[in-house]
This record gives sequence, C-alpha cells and structure tokens, in this order.
Amino acid sequence: MDLKDKLISSFMAFESNVDIENSVHDVRTEAMKNFELKGFPTKKEEAWKYTSLKGLQKIDFSIFPKEENALEYKDVKKYFLHEIDSYKIVFIDGIYSSYLSETTHDGVDICLMSSALTKPMYKPVIDVYFNKVASKDESLTSLNTAFSREGAYIYIPKNKMPKKPVEIIHFATGNEASLLLQPRNLIVVEENAELQVIERHQSLTSNEVLTNSVTEIFAADSAIVDYYKIQNDSESASFIDNTYIDQKNKSVVKVHTFSFGGKLTRNNLNFYQNGEYIDSTMKGVTIIGNKQHVDHHTLVHHIEPNCESHQDYKGIYGENSTGVFNGKIIVDKIAQKTNAFQQNNNVLVSDKATINSKPQLEIFADDVKCSHGCTIGQLDEDALFYMQSRGIPKKEARALLMYAFANNVLASVRIPELKTRINKIIAKKLGVNLGFDL
Amino acid sequence: MAYTEEELKKELETKEYEYGFYTDIESDTLPVGLNEDIVIAISKKKEEPEWMTLWRLEAFKYWKEMEEPEWANVNYKKPDFQAISYYSAPNSKPKYESLDEVDPELLETFKKLGISVDEQKKLAGVAVDIVMDSVSVATTFKKTLAEKGIIFCSISEAIKEHPELVKKYIGSVVPKRDNFYAALNSAVFSDGSFCYIPKGVKCPMELSTYFRINQAGTGQFERTLVIADEGSYVSYLEGCTAPSRDENQLHAAVVELIALDDAEIKYSTVQNWFPGDKEGKGGVFNFVTKRGICEKNAKISWTQVETGSAVTWKYPSCILKGDNSIGEFYSIAVTNNYQQADTGTKMVHLGKNTRSTIISKGISAGKSQNSYRGLVQVNSRAENARNFSQCDSLLMGNECGAHTFPYIEAKNKTAQIEHEATTSKIGEDQIFYCNQRGIDTEKAIALIVNGFSKEVLNKLPMEFAVEAQKLLEISLEGSVG
Repeated sequence: MDLKDKLISSFMAFESNVDIENSVHDVRTEAMKNFELKGFPTKKEEAWKYTSLKGLQKIDFSIFPKEENALEYKDVKKYFLHEIDSYKIVFIDGIYSSYLSETTHDGVDICLMSSALTKPMYKPVIDVYFNKVASKDESLTSLNTAFSREGAYIYIPKNKMPKKPVEIIHFATGNEASLLLQPRNLIVVEENAELQVIERHQSLTSNEVLTNSVTEIFAADSAIVDYYKIQNDSESASFIDNTYIDQKNKSVVKVHTFSFGGKLTRNNLNFYQNGEYIDSTMKGVTIIGNKQHVDHHTLVHHIEPNCESHQDYKGIYGENSTGVFNGKIIVDKIAQKTNAFQQNNNVLVSDKATINSKPQLEIFADDVKCSHGCTIGQLDEDALFYMQSRGIPKKEARALLMYAFANNVLASVRIPELKTRINKIIAKKLGVNLGFDL
Repeated sequence: MAYTEEELKKELETKEYEYGFYTDIESDTLPVGLNEDIVIAISKKKEEPEWMTLWRLEAFKYWKEMEEPEWANVNYKKPDFQAISYYSAPNSKPKYESLDEVDPELLETFKKLGISVDEQKKLAGVAVDIVMDSVSVATTFKKTLAEKGIIFCSISEAIKEHPELVKKYIGSVVPKRDNFYAALNSAVFSDGSFCYIPKGVKCPMELSTYFRINQAGTGQFERTLVIADEGSYVSYLEGCTAPSRDENQLHAAVVELIALDDAEIKYSTVQNWFPGDKEGKGGVFNFVTKRGICEKNAKISWTQVETGSAVTWKYPSCILKGDNSIGEFYSIAVTNNYQQADTGTKMVHLGKNTRSTIISKGISAGKSQNSYRGLVQVNSRAENARNFSQCDSLLMGNECGAHTFPYIEAKNKTAQIEHEATTSKIGEDQIFYCNQRGIDTEKAIALIVNGFSKEVLNKLPMEFAVEAQKLLEISLEGSVG
C-alpha cells in the first residue's frame, strides 16, 4: 500500500480518536478531501521541480506512534539552549512530554495545541485563527491540517512579552522503525506584543523519520516576532516545514533558518503582508554535505503599500549535496512604495554538489524598488593564500572564509547564547576549531 | 523640448501601428487545415527531394503527439491549427535576375517600409534576401558573396542545391521534437534563409532578411539555418514588420545557428509584428525557437529588440559545447497596451572555460505584461564556467506588470555565476540628481530611458541600430531625446 492510501485509510482511525462534533473537524475533513484529490506533489509541478518525494513515499511510515517514551533530561540536555532559561514545549515521538516541558498560563498562553483545539476557553481564538493563513490548496499543508491534533499553541495578548524565549523541541526516539510526524503550531501575537521562538527537530537514532510540520503565525499591529529554526537533524530524518505568516500594520517578523542536518529538508516559508509599514525578514544559512538535500521556498506577498521585505540566504554545499533556493516576491497593484530585496549567495565546495536557484519577481505596481541578486562562486584563492602565508593552515583558512560568508545572517540573531550555539554547530560542521571565542 | 514621463506614457498608449498596410498581391494559397497531404503538398510545391518530404512527415508525426505548452506567463486564445492556411507564395514567379522583373507593387511595399532594395544595394552594402509571404523574391549581392564562397539563399533553394549541408545540419540544434512549435515548423516550414560561411572567411557585409506577413489568414513558418565554418565570421540581421490585421496571426519560426571551431555569429533581430490595437484586439502570436551551438572557441551573440506582437514567446539560446566558447544575449523588450512578452534565454555550459553574458531590459507600459525567463545551466564537466546576468525592468504606469523567472543550475564547483535583477520606475533621486546639475526634468527622463536601453542598442550593428530606432518608434532614443 503506498503512503497516500495508507494516510487516507488512517484518517478513519484518526477520526475515532478525536471529537468529530467539533467545528475543527470540518476543517480537517475538508483538508483531507484536498489531499485525496492532489496527493503528494511530483517533480512535474513547478514548485517541486528540484525536489523529489518519491523515495520517501516508498517508506512504510507509522502514522500513530505508540505511547510516550520517556527520555532522561541529561541525555537530551545538549539539544536545549540550556545556557539560558526558557519556556519549553517538548514532544517525544509526537506526544507531549510534560516531564521535559515548562509551559505557562501566567498572562500569556504557552501550551499545547491539543488543549487549544478541544477546550472551550480557547475556542474564540481557534475560530478566528486556526487554518486561516495556511494554504487550503497545497496538498502537504492539507495533509497536516487533516491530521492536526498536537503541537505548540502560543497566545500573547496585547502589550505583553513572555519573560523568556520559547523552545519547541520534537524528539524522535526510534521506537518505531519509521515514523511520520505532523505537528501543527499556532502562534498569535497580539498588538504591540513580542515573542521569541526557537524550534528544533531531533531524531535520536538512525531510523527514518519524516516530519510534515505546519506553523501559522499571526502578528497583529506593531507586534514583533523572532523565529529561529535550527535544522541539525540526523541524516535519516526528513523534514517538510510549512510556515505561514500573516502580518498586520507595522509588525516586524523575522525568521532565521539554519539548515545543517537532515536527509531531505524542504522549507516553505510564506509571508502575507496584510497591512502597511510592515517589515518581513527571512534569513538562512545552509551548510550541508554527503547526500543531503535542502530546499528553501520563500514567498513574500506584498498586498498593501509602504512595506519592506528582506531576504538573505547563504549556502555552502559539499560532497554530493543539493541545494535549492526558490524565492518569490509578488507585489500587488496597490502595494506602491514597496521595497523588496532578495539575495541568495552560494558556494559549491565539491564537484558533485548541485545548486538550483530561482529568484522570482512578479511585480504589478510601478512605484517600487525590488531587486534580487544571486551568485554562485568559490572561496577566494587569494584570500586563502594570504592566510596560509601568515601561518593559518588551509583547512582553518577555508573555514574562516566560510564562516565570514555566513556571518551576515548570524549578525541579526538577537539571542547571544543562540548565536554562540550556532557558531559552534558551524565550527563542528566545518570540522575545525575556529580558534577565537565565538 | 518639453517632454515628461506622462507624455511618454501617453504616447506609448496612443501610438497606432504605423506599418499596418496591406499589399494586394495575388497569392498562391493552399486550402486551410493541416494533415499529411498538406505537408506533402507543401513539400511538392517547393520541389523538394524525397528525404526532405520524409523529414517533414516525421516532424508532423511528432507534432500530432504533442500538446501546446502552457507554462509561459501569457494568456491568449489558442490558435486553431486547422483554420490556418500553411502555404502562400506571392504569385509573381521567383528567380529574378534584376529588380526590374519584380512586381512593382511589391517594391512599393518595401518603399513604405523604408527599405528600398535598390537603395540598400547601392548605399548600405547590405545583401537582402527578402521573404515576402514565404518565398524569396529578391536576392541581391549574391554574386559578390559567391566570390568568397559564401552561400546566402532561401532555404528551399539550399535544399535543392546544397542538400549535403542542409541534411547534415537541419534539426541538429533544434530537433524536430524539441517543442510543440518547433515540430509544427519542421513539418510545414514554407521558406526561410540559409547561410553558409566557408572556413576562415569573414563575411564582408551584414546579411539581412526582412520578414513580412502579408496574406490574410496565413501563418508564417520561417526556417533559418546559419552555418559558420571554422574560423569564419558573420553578422546576420533579421527584421520584421507586419500589416494591421484583425484576426490573430501565428508566427512560429525556427532559427538554428551553428558556429564551428573559432567561428563567430552575431545575430540581430528587430521584431515589430503587429501588436494588436489599443483594446488588445488582433496582433501576431510570435512563438519562436532560436538556438545556437558553439564548438571550440566559437562565439554566438544574440541581440534583439522586441517591440511588436500581441504575444511573444521567444528564448534565443546558446549551447556552449566547445571549450572556451562564448554566448551572449542582449535584449530590449517593450510591451504596451495589452501586449504580453515572455522572453529570455538559455545558456547551457557544457565545455570548459565557457562564458556567457545576459543583459535583458524590459519596459512595460499600458496594461502589458513583460516577463524575463532564463536558464543558466552549468554541467558537471564545465570547469571554470562564468556567467553574468542582469535583468532590469522599467515600469510605466500602474496597470502593467514585470516579472522575472531566472533558473540557475550549477553542478560544478568552479562555476562562477552572478545574477541580478531590479525593477523600478524612473527614480526620483535620479531625476533630482540631474536637476541639481541643471538638467530639467524632461531631459532627465529622456536621459534615463536612453541610458536604460543603451547597453543593448549599442550592440546592434550600425545600419540596424538606425533601423531599430525607426521601427521602435516608441523610440527610446528619438521620441524622448
């Protein structure tokens, strides 16, 4: 039985475990219909031209994981940003772990999607926001919507800011031979409120894991959201991320994506600017090797005038890895005075690595400034020679140059401990000790 | 001279097609529709050898299995391929020795276009192979070229007289089953130009063909084949104007360039087919496949000025097969009213040390849509490949659109690729800068529009640059300056 059929028949089993009287379930059934119709995207579709999901569909994934698997904090401590205090929402094989988590209802709600979807007190928020910005057309998003039950739920009321950042961590224990996870997150940041989120997915064994995640973020007027995605998973884990962001007047949303691990990673990052004077920033560093495949698909839809968007993606590709960047900027007819910038720089360090880049502009307004730049190149031989002539070994010199290349993106990370952590991951990935305090 | 952006916009909107006239020449036209008999009939009419007929039939077979492509960013009513007549030739018999034998009405047509054959013969030194509704009616300077061993004739003549060259190269760059329109063209092409430059010969003059669509309801399926043998050089010009017509006309040409070792081909186009009227009615559909292949150290340079056609779908490409070969693409695409253009290039790097440059300028006005679509592909064996691409769009008015769809695929670590694209209207700070230096706003706008397109206009050969400006008439140069 192929994966699509398995998912369709599992949906019935799923229905016996959720409250089908709830209005949320209508959304699920609707989404399931769309997935049944469309199925998994194929390479024939323009958006999936460079990324094939064929291999993944051959794997017999478990869709409903078994009961909770306990993990000792000391065993997984290194995956947390333990240098600072944070709220934590932790899932083990898709199931919430109250033992490892630290949630709150003190002024802000940082808790679980499962309670938000079922408890009446959250209904007003769910009615207004759930599945409102996520695509109803895209098949993988629909698949997630159909099975949406668990994930992180964050609600920050007007003028509030949680005391500490929120970490959302998913562990896969390898209890199942192959596991499909579909977390669903909803984040609502009301007027003038602020939020920082760090999201991470970690497989603890070499068993196959496929995560198809959907996150909806709503930033109301003047809200500020910083979202950091750390993708440093084991090379048997595949990850499809679908993030949809709805921004209102004067809100500022920044998404940083750090892709270092995983077998196949696809990031669909979509910004919809439903207001004026909005600032949207998306930045990413990708450093991969072996047979890894990372695909960044960004969309910024400028709907109203006077907004800005900034994109900066850097990639370093080694061995047999493949990188894809597809950035699309749409400027609507009334979105005058839009400033949209997009940059994608890539370094290929191996003969067998491939990069496919497709920066796209679709512009319907005339008073705009839009630009995109894309480069593919190598490390500067002269700079390498210069460093070698001053006693820096070639390996370190190369690492230094690559670090410098990625540094632009790191500069805007606002949590210093997180920056240090990412620097360490980069140093490890490049196989050197950079020799200066990061 | 007072000239503001508003006025320029207005002029762009109100400009009627100036070259829209219809010449009344009796034509020898085949019945409408397309089937194997028509393909055979076309081949017979052209007195073609059997291998050519078979070649056409094979292409027709492929075409029947293909579907019209839909990926381009254009919307139009699909042509009914069974409602088109696939062959029409001017009635006066071809094969003239001198211009006196040519139908005077035909000569009049050329005069209206401002390309009097005899004048060009004497003054410009341009040999003109005029294609009027598919059959070459005047070929000049043939003798001068023949002395150098250069063959420049219509493709039907070449099929008869140089079958070994045609057989070897036709379909070698654009295969019969390459795409829907290339297959259609391969099956029914009526005429076109053929050019062969022998080893080491530098063609002493610019070769040029003017294409015209003239017969109501006839599609134009031109086939051009240019072969530059080792170490040779040729500059080829192609320009088009078409009469005003209400129904949509289909133009599906195929151009193949072959640059052997150390050869260089420069191919320039001015395209000014009837773009439809202000309401977007009528206009030519221009679905063209142009491609060149470069052997070792060879160079192919495409320059195009696209101002006409209701729908343009055109990607002059270079396959950089040989080591050290060079591909260039310079383009200005102007769209106005309801015109739609989806144009760009493909640079496929296969050989070592290959280089390519892409400069594309799009200007959209009125309710038009202008897209750049390009591919830069570096294959794993193309060491030290280098590409630079730049696509700039200028928007006039808020009802038009500019789009860019660049595809960049690199499979070699030594590749160096740069791509940049900008979209803007005429910058206020640019005007301010000019004002500051005592240049009034009108002149500043003229200056900026000029500068915007100059990079490409400069690449046109001298004689053609003048023609381009004349045909453009939107004249980024003349009307503004």
